[in-house]
Amino acid sequence: MRCMKNIIGRDYIVVMMIRFKKLARAASALTTPLTPEDFLSLFNPVYSSRQLRGVVTRVVHETEDSATIYFRPGSGWHAHQAGQWARIGVELDGVRQWRSYSLSNAADSEPAITVKDAGSVSHVLVRDTKPGDILFLAPPQGDFVLPEHPRSLLMLTAGSGITPVMSMIRTLIPRRPDADVVLINSNSTPERSVFREELDELADQFPNLTVRHWFTSVRGRLDFTAKAIADLCPDWRDRAAYACGPESFLDDAEDLWNREAALETARAVPIGGEGAATRPSGGSTLTIERFSTDLTAGAGHDGGLVTFEQSDREVQADGATPLLDVGEDAGVLMPSGCRMGICHSCLIPLRAGAVRDLRTGEVHNEPGQLIQTCVSAAAGPVNLDL
Amino acid sequence: MTTTLTRPGALAASGHPLVRPDAAKHLTDAQVEELGRELDAVRDEVLAKRGATDAAYIRRVIKVQRSLEFAGRGALMFSKYKPAWFAGTAMLSVAKILENMEIGHNVLHGQWDWMRDPDIHSTTWEWDFVTPARSWQHTHNDLHHRWTNVIGKDKDIGYNLLRMDPDQPWKPFNLGNPLYNALLAPVFEWGIAVYDLEILEYKEGLKSKEAMHRDLKAMGKKVLTQFSKDYAATPAVAMLTGSGKQALYGTLAANAIRNFWAHAVIFCGHFPDGTDTFTEEEVDGETRGDWYVRQMIGSANISGSRLMHLMTGNLSHQIEHHCFPDLPSNRYAEVAVKVREITSRYKLPYTTGPLPKQVGSTWAKIFKLALPNRAPKAATA
Repeated sequence: MRCMKNIIGRDYIVVMMIRFKKLARAASALTTPLTPEDFLSLFNPVYSSRQLRGVVTRVVHETEDSATIYFRPGSGWHAHQAGQWARIGVELDGVRQWRSYSLSNAADSEPAITVKDAGSVSHVLVRDTKPGDILFLAPPQGDFVLPEHPRSLLMLTAGSGITPVMSMIRTLIPRRPDADVVLINSNSTPERSVFREELDELADQFPNLTVRHWFTSVRGRLDFTAKAIADLCPDWRDRAAYACGPESFLDDAEDLWNREAALETARAVPIGGEGAATRPSGGSTLTIERFSTDLTAGAGHDGGLVTFEQSDREVQADGATPLLDVGEDAGVLMPSGCRMGICHSCLIPLRAGAVRDLRTGEVHNEPGQLIQTCVSAAAGPVNLDL
Repeated sequence: MTTTLTRPGALAASGHPLVRPDAAKHLTDAQVEELGRELDAVRDEVLAKRGATDAAYIRRVIKVQRSLEFAGRGALMFSKYKPAWFAGTAMLSVAKILENMEIGHNVLHGQWDWMRDPDIHSTTWEWDFVTPARSWQHTHNDLHHRWTNVIGKDKDIGYNLLRMDPDQPWKPFNLGNPLYNALLAPVFEWGIAVYDLEILEYKEGLKSKEAMHRDLKAMGKKVLTQFSKDYAATPAVAMLTGSGKQALYGTLAANAIRNFWAHAVIFCGHFPDGTDTFTEEEVDGETRGDWYVRQMIGSANISGSRLMHLMTGNLSHQIEHHCFPDLPSNRYAEVAVKVREITSRYKLPYTTGPLPKQVGSTWAKIFKLALPNRAPKAATA
């Protein structure tokens, strides 16, 4: 019943939004430089033409320190493909913080993220989020998706690395009897294994899914040798593999697939090839999803390589020269103003890396954060959106 | 492009300018350095506290402002009834004042950029004022705040229209000083818009043709949307209730009231008695501490109630605003207590007074400077 009401309500809103767009354009003559939505948001905070938001509809606690948050996104969102991730923004002590989370639900259902309490943002998401809360969103993206043509798959996951793979399994298994998926899911204990019960139920119900739980508290770390993997999945070499988990887990997986590929090329000249993906024998490729690219290693050290992404320039910078000067010396068209940190005319979004505020010594490394280039220096590798 | 002097990314902590201003002559280099450190500490203290309560403050002000504007324009729809006209005009005037001062000016300074909310950010904000936000940010945030009260560099000293300092050479044109200021007040936003075009810089070849073209285009667009909203679209809707003409007059009055108020407050920022102006020698080699000294002795506050501070966009704390232009405005009151204590310890002037006194003092200067200087200075000039 509630579902019905919801659907009717949503259609109504969509129709209103479409009509409203034209009306809004006309009405903005009355509200400029604001938009009509700016005034409507006095009555309903979800209205925003500039910022994509979602309303939390349900929070399900999965394990002691993880939760799944379901949300209804506003217009501007598009349906995700299984395995994709989205940037989620929340406000911590007045400051918007963005993190990327894999969408864990099936491709065509209500979007949801499954979050493990592991940092300031995930802590708030897991502990404090309740239905009705607003999340800031960026549309789903990512290449960690199912292959276009059906083939047998091997999924390797560790910890919260199960989240994008769960979306793939939920999308594929109940609907595709021809699917053939083996999942090797590593966790410290059964209690800390997210989705464990649902995975077991799916494996019971559908013969096209095999789940191999690996508990490190019992069996130690999963050993990435051909033999150990073959013990869990004898035909692993014939499967397209997907791996998601912590840095070291992925490095180990990559090493194994690389070794196998090297053996293979030693044995024979490969026929054709897809290039980028690592392929040992037959047709096994390994696709990996990293949770974070760790560029913060430079923080605390002095200087680094500065990349001006759109201008396509790279410059080695020391830790004392403002990025504004670095850019100008390199011939990049830098926005600039007072050159002393007060006018905010020189703001450029940080794509990746870390910069140090020359005034305070504070290091900023939040992707997407606008930095003042006139008072910020490289604190390791820096990638700027300019 | 427009300035020949360049500055390092951050000012030196120690050293001294070629000439230290008179009001700070009694201070040693070490004392000025220490003063710089003390003011940096005041800033750091606010940065450490800044958070959810500050974010809630600016969102609350924005909400109140939009509610007032909505209600004000709503009331003007029925402004053929006198009480509705008065209520609507009053609400719209207050809304426009809040929008320009406590919200627009401060958001455009980047005071709320730390929230990382794209809706309340110096790079995205546009205001209900004819000058485009980006043009104003250049002349105000960059030029005025960098060169505060430096004769020849800070064009805000008189806005190329008024003679506001005895060191500006007198011309017969300046006889009209009081008249020009009186005429400027009710149309202040248009004065600022023209000023932001930097026509003099363009004539002197310091501003490129492309930049002028770009600024004119941006301003033309802004003028069109602002003008049609206030004087065509909203009165047209009010015509439905037969209040078209009255709504037009109400909006016109609200804009004029806002202009009068903004003009009065802004002229109290650097012109009242007690504020100093500076020569280029006095900023050459300026240290962090000297920079703070110049901001403090070159600015003047307005004393008053919390409502007064709100309605001036906290420009009543002009001294604190000039020391820390990007700290959130709701923090200036607590910062002022510390800044004032520091100035008294270092025996530096701290100019403040109630609005009527500061306005009077500014007008007295405008009248006085309409005439050539009487002091011997005039004889040697």
